[in-house]
Amino acid sequence: MIDEPTVRGDSRANRRLIARLVLLVFAMFGFGFALVPLYDVFCEITGLNGKTGIADARSIRAADVDTSRMVTVEFTGNTANGLPWEFRPQVSSMQVRPGEVAAAVYIARNTAGRPIVGRAIPSVTPGKAAAHFKKTECFCFTEQTLQAGETKAMPVRFVVEHDLPRDIRTVTLSYAFFNAEAYAGTPPAGRSATGPDTAKNTN
Amino acid sequence: MATAEVASHEGHHHPTGIMRWLTTTNHKDIGTLYLCFSLTMFLIGGFMALVVRAELFQPGLQIVDPHFFNQMTTMHALIMVFGAIMPGFVGFANWMIPMMVGAPDMALPRLNNWSFWILPFAFTMLLSSLFVPGGGPAAGWTLYAPLTIQGGMSVDMTIFAIHMMGISSILGAINIIVTIFNMRAPGMSLMKMPLFVWTWLITAFLLIAVMPVLAGAVTMLLTDRHFGTAFFDPAGGGDPVMFQHIFWFFGHPEVYIMILPAFGIISEIIPTFSRKPLFGYTTMVLATACIAFLSFVVWAHHMFTVGMPLAGELFFMYSTMLIAVPTGVKVFNWVSTMWRGALTFETPMLFAVAVVFLFTIGGFSGLMLAITPADFQYHDTYFVVAHFHYVLFSGAAMAMMGGAYYWLPKWTGHMYDEKLGKIHFWLTTIFFNVTFFPQHFLGLAGMPRRIPDYALQFTEFNVISSLGAFGLGLSQLLFVYIIVKCVRSGVRATDEVWERPRGLEWTVPSPAPYHTFETPPKVI
Ligand SMILES: [Cu+2]
Repeated sequence: MIDEPTVRGDSRANRRLIARLVLLVFAMFGFGFALVPLYDVFCEITGLNGKTGIADARSIRAADVDTSRMVTVEFTGNTANGLPWEFRPQVSSMQVRPGEVAAAVYIARNTAGRPIVGRAIPSVTPGKAAAHFKKTECFCFTEQTLQAGETKAMPVRFVVEHDLPRDIRTVTLSYAFFNAEAYAGTPPAGRSATGPDTAKNTN
Repeated sequence: MATAEVASHEGHHHPTGIMRWLTTTNHKDIGTLYLCFSLTMFLIGGFMALVVRAELFQPGLQIVDPHFFNQMTTMHALIMVFGAIMPGFVGFANWMIPMMVGAPDMALPRLNNWSFWILPFAFTMLLSSLFVPGGGPAAGWTLYAPLTIQGGMSVDMTIFAIHMMGISSILGAINIIVTIFNMRAPGMSLMKMPLFVWTWLITAFLLIAVMPVLAGAVTMLLTDRHFGTAFFDPAGGGDPVMFQHIFWFFGHPEVYIMILPAFGIISEIIPTFSRKPLFGYTTMVLATACIAFLSFVVWAHHMFTVGMPLAGELFFMYSTMLIAVPTGVKVFNWVSTMWRGALTFETPMLFAVAVVFLFTIGGFSGLMLAITPADFQYHDTYFVVAHFHYVLFSGAAMAMMGGAYYWLPKWTGHMYDEKLGKIHFWLTTIFFNVTFFPQHFLGLAGMPRRIPDYALQFTEFNVISSLGAFGLGLSQLLFVYIIVKCVRSGVRATDEVWERPRGLEWTVPSPAPYHTFETPPKVI
């Protein structure tokens, strides 16, 4: 890679500078990949991108319940292309008190003639509610397998924290179900433990 | 042995014919190769744009099917960005930087040969992807996932082409930095360097910083497509919006990679034809550095509509608007350079003045796009198309045309045909505005980009735009003719070419001999 020195080019100085620049190139290549976990960590800390938190059921105390107001939680669910499932919430909305643990159920049915593995990705709107919406139990924590024609009730337990800003009266929890056959059994690559609620539930 | 040849000073035993060009390590030869390559790509990419404009001449679908239309918009952008503009500026850098800093050649001549000869392979691969089953890449030049995870093998070919041209750009950038740092003539301190050299130095650092990030992004696409990773596929726990973040972390600095060297060329031309030194040299250097720094913290202004929180939208809005400050410094400096100058308007100056004027219009529409709430209206409309053609065509491409007229006499030893040059300028400028100005209105009225059909009320402006585009395309054939004519014949150019221009390149004979500054010039 090193060329002979030219009239003014001192080959040692050239080599040193080239080495530094090449190092910078590799560092920036690495940085591109580092953006992946950095971006997820950032979103998780800030609740950006609709990423919801996970709460430990034991840490939720009855005293935290805010009895002064009700929050409407709406549920939606849809399936991505390539997942032949029917998927919908049992009820489309419910009223909860901030701080209280509530439960909802989604119903999924595999309409295909073979077992299929799916993965649900949750998202909460409005974005600034996401950080205050914690799930203690969710079918989205793990991959879900449905046998041919099987119908399954999928529960989610959650708590809207009492520090949810008061101007937010309605929170929407949405799930998109994806066909995860290609990834079944392997931990999600490219984002290991930082994905949205992926297999991180320690309970 | 190429470098031995440089040392021999003579040059009568270098190979002739095609072998001369394949094996050359001479910065002027390689500069010429880059410029010819860039011009070829400019014509190919322009032809694709005409396919797009022909289809949009009327509402409805008449000439091409929508999938091919998408391939044309995608390829047009990829070729213009990576094939025409970037290599074009590297061509100028190769020709001019060694002559401007008083160096005998680039610091790494053999690497230089490599950097160029990767490009024809990269673009052969990219262009041939049009002929594979499923057709060429059709997801737009931004290659957004998850669409690009689904495409056919043309996406893989595009990814490899981007890898290759990325390597070419990085090698070129390393070479330019080493040349500027280690090859300057004695007395040529950094703050004495011509502004074109400064802008290229900063551009080269931008290239080194962001081309690897683009390489990383397309590598992730590739492994998502074939090796079971899920960087961008939610089914595997990935996130498609993350592709946009990584892409635009590259993408915004990339737009400065395409415009800073243009600023450099303009900053050389305007003082010559104003017969005054550049106004505010130091602030020009600082403004360039400032723009480069800011370019790393504005990327999400391309993604205001993905559902960012308010804090993010405000941050990216304000940081983007901040860039208008150093850019404004530059525009005012150019105007101040012309102020009370003894102005003449030869073709290079016409192009330079047009660039200052038209680029500023593009800058203003950029400011409009930076306003987050307004962007929700403009996003993905023809307003965006109009905006980036004002900065990339009437900024980057027309600066290169001006630069070509400015230095052609030095390169060829002949004056170009001034009358034809002026005709080319006026045709280009008028047809450019006929093509792209109506697109502002189309965008504000809500016509989406990248769609082969449109609602009837958009017909008139699209007809005007298409007619302008054909005029603009045909005018560039005149440019090719003028260049060929200038290479072959013309009035002998003097060594100075223009009236007492500044810069070491005007102290060598015209045409510039194969080897220049083998004994370093005296820099006062
Ligand atoms: Cu940008």
